Amino acid sequence: MLRYTLRRLLWMIPIVLGVAILVFTLMTFCPGDPAQILLSGSATDEDIQALRDNLGLNDPYLVRLGNFLGNTFLKFDLGSSWMTKVAIKDEIATRLPRTFTLGIISLLISVAVGIPLGIIAAVNQGRLGDNIATALALIGASIPGFWLALLLILLFSVKLNWLPSMGIGGVKYYILPALTGCTYGIATLTRQTRSSMLDVIRSDYITTARSKGVSELHVITRHALKNALIPIITVVGTHFGMMLGGQMITETIFSIPGMGSYIIGGVNQRDYPVVQIGSIFLAIVFSLSMLVVDLLYAAADPRIKARYSQSAKRKVKTK
Amino acid sequence: MTETKNAPFLEINDLKVEYFTKESVVHAVNGVTLTLEKGKTLGLVGETGAGKTTVAKSILRILPDVGARIVGGEIKLEGRDLLKSSEAEMRQIRGKRISMIFQDPMTALNPVQRVGDQIAEVIALHSNESAEAVRKRAEDMLEMVNIPRERYSEYPHQFSGGMKQRVVIAIALACNPELLLADEPTTALDVTIQAQVLRLIAQLRDKLGTSMMLITHDMGVVATHCDTVAVVYAGSVVEYGTKEQVFDHPTHPYTIGLFGAIPNMNVDERWLHPIEGLPPDPSHLPTGCAFHPRCKYATEACRTGEVPTVITPDGHQCRCHNTDAVLKGEGK
Amino acid sequence: MTEYQMKASLNQGKVRKSSEFLRVLKQLSYNKIAMFGLILFILELVLCLLSPVIAPYDYAAMDVIHMNETPSAAHWFGTDDLGRDILTRILFGGRYSITMSLLSVVVSLIFGVVIGSVAGYFGGWVDNVIMRILDIIQSLPGMLLTIVVSAALGNGYLNTVMALSVNGIPAQARMLRAQMMRVRGSEYVEAAQSINCSQVRIIAKHLFPNSFSPLIVQASMAIANRITMCSSLSFLGLGVQPPAPEWGAMLSGARQYIRDYPHMVIFPGLAIAVTVLALNLMGDGLRDALDPRLKR
Repeated sequence: MLRYTLRRLLWMIPIVLGVAILVFTLMTFCPGDPAQILLSGSATDEDIQALRDNLGLNDPYLVRLGNFLGNTFLKFDLGSSWMTKVAIKDEIATRLPRTFTLGIISLLISVAVGIPLGIIAAVNQGRLGDNIATALALIGASIPGFWLALLLILLFSVKLNWLPSMGIGGVKYYILPALTGCTYGIATLTRQTRSSMLDVIRSDYITTARSKGVSELHVITRHALKNALIPIITVVGTHFGMMLGGQMITETIFSIPGMGSYIIGGVNQRDYPVVQIGSIFLAIVFSLSMLVVDLLYAAADPRIKARYSQSAKRKVKTK
Repeated sequence: MTETKNAPFLEINDLKVEYFTKESVVHAVNGVTLTLEKGKTLGLVGETGAGKTTVAKSILRILPDVGARIVGGEIKLEGRDLLKSSEAEMRQIRGKRISMIFQDPMTALNPVQRVGDQIAEVIALHSNESAEAVRKRAEDMLEMVNIPRERYSEYPHQFSGGMKQRVVIAIALACNPELLLADEPTTALDVTIQAQVLRLIAQLRDKLGTSMMLITHDMGVVATHCDTVAVVYAGSVVEYGTKEQVFDHPTHPYTIGLFGAIPNMNVDERWLHPIEGLPPDPSHLPTGCAFHPRCKYATEACRTGEVPTVITPDGHQCRCHNTDAVLKGEGK
Repeated sequence: MTEYQMKASLNQGKVRKSSEFLRVLKQLSYNKIAMFGLILFILELVLCLLSPVIAPYDYAAMDVIHMNETPSAAHWFGTDDLGRDILTRILFGGRYSITMSLLSVVVSLIFGVVIGSVAGYFGGWVDNVIMRILDIIQSLPGMLLTIVVSAALGNGYLNTVMALSVNGIPAQARMLRAQMMRVRGSEYVEAAQSINCSQVRIIAKHLFPNSFSPLIVQASMAIANRITMCSSLSFLGLGVQPPAPEWGAMLSGARQYIRDYPHMVIFPGLAIAVTVLALNLMGDGLRDALDPRLKR
């Protein structure tokens, strides 16, 4: 297992390098001259050219790419924002924890509410409880996150004046963003849990468990849920990725200085270094969470664990 | 206590079970009546989909929650009606007094639970022993079905099909049940292992003095292992008697057809004699005798109305209008 | 294998597919909720496409006298900060949101099929390289990728369609590749090879038709997600630009008036939510219809 984990971590290096090249290349295609945007309308052509030289924008693509990769991955110099001149590593040091905290809170709420709701729906299949849970989940999955954010602000900040609608501070400030973030998660987890529980409940080994005299509660929790967990873990993993993406918009709406609002600001202002480095960090977080998901699989299913160990051994042999 | 001294060990009276979907109702079991004496083995024979498994699952009351419904009848274990027992009482019976061996060992074991733990679970549920004692008993059970006790901690995917079925048998026999329901225990196995597994079941049954209901579609298996036989067609028992009665004097046209489909080694036959036609669609059963569309003895009376159960000359039961004609071989 | 068996095996591919497809449609038509979703979506699509004919106002016509009006008989969904009729703008906006999403799904499908079949057909290092590139693309959260690509391609209708489709390509390509791998090993392809069927013919007649249905299903399930993505992009100021009445762009513009004129925020978002809901209802039905365990 350790070998598998190490192999996956090593594999992340080329992936992250690939992401860096991909994002760098995409940014060079962006229409609009960053120098012009930085200097605003009053600048002369000479000023612009000087700034372009200074930023290295006049170098050929490969030279710039080489410099970027060298600085980032060999010297670990993340550079600074063209716009604010603040070092990117300082920004990320303060912003990444916020994004991560918000993401984890949303994820935990999604799991804590979504999975039990899905189980209740599956156990009461076709009855009132199921219908209510399914309908709520369907609605939750259909509301776009940014609209939900606006509706929450409308209700809790504008009408009721209970919660702040923007910025950061105490716990209060995280409530609305977390609600926005977890709604879709609760909905998809409820749906996935329900359907995989229904799959599993029809399996023969559940009948076996019943034939042994296992109580219904233990049939559900000990036998069914453990087996239903595997597709649920997949959804938790992919959902975490989607949430990181969706949270970019949530952060922008609630003016939370996190990674998402940083990158979106960078895109809008053609602040290339910010977008590049920010994307690399999000890709690392995403890849790590995917690795955690795969390790959770192995913990949930001995068959997958066996496959991982085997493939690790085989790879080593062929090398 | 409703238990009476003279009641037969297991008595099924007029059991009716339906499966229903939005579009249709499937009449899986239509008035099955059977009895089983203590220590004896009853063979339930019939084609796939005839309702044999449903009868077994009804006894344990482990039919699927959604879509299955026991419409009527009684299932009495030593005089006590299981269909009227509470769920808590049933849990005490399942695995302890009655247990079941399932058809497909590939899917009958929980893939994420250690094999030994699956045996230990049923022991722990029905005894008050310590965890170590339970584990030891589970290991003993593994050995009893010829699996080394060291393999207690392995998972089902590490076992072959035959070994899995032996684990299922170990689970079923772990608490010395009084009644064992064996649902086609060898169908999913390789031919070479089938005999071995059946022999194992029979040995353990004899050793523990268990009564057994053996579900099969294999007349050969019935011949070696059963005391009484019930032939099931479309959810009804069409012929019921001791093994000798049914094998020596098959009276129902369907039973005769089943025997005709077995190659006779003593006679040089060029063709087998399959039963013409297909088993009926259980959601649209034919009126009258369900077998009449396939029956060469069918008369007008077979097409409508109830079919009587007659006692044949040698004393076993047969559900047919035309037993006389059948016995004289007067088919069209 | 006898000639008869071989024929049966060869036919299996084709027959199975068409009957499978019809069965799915039939199953779907039994599902009232799914049909409701489908009808709702088609109704929306038709209304939006007919917007130039049926919309009560001009979507760009400003009306200083009737600015910021709450819903009334004249303006069912009220007016926005420039006095434009919100209902009209939602109808016209649907033309963008819905058609862009549908188009982007088609584009993903086409690219996915090409890339996936190249990978699946050639195998070896070609497959490896393609798969690693897809790994890289998929290691970025979807929204981030879409935002960056959209920024790179610039604004406008077609550019945004392309940006939206990039995110869906890897999944489609992987699906087709997996399907092709699966089909390649199946008996009827072996049977076709055994009677000396040419490679091209095998691909055209057997591999493709049998790989397609899960692909189409995946694509149709993606539409709902694409609608949200599309409006998210324009909400951020990327994608379709004002004064074009895209739903996300309308929300973006209305955001600053949330305190005083909440109706401006509510209706465009409701349009997105209802569309996505309709598509989800349909998608659920489709999934149920494809579920082999529900076959009766």
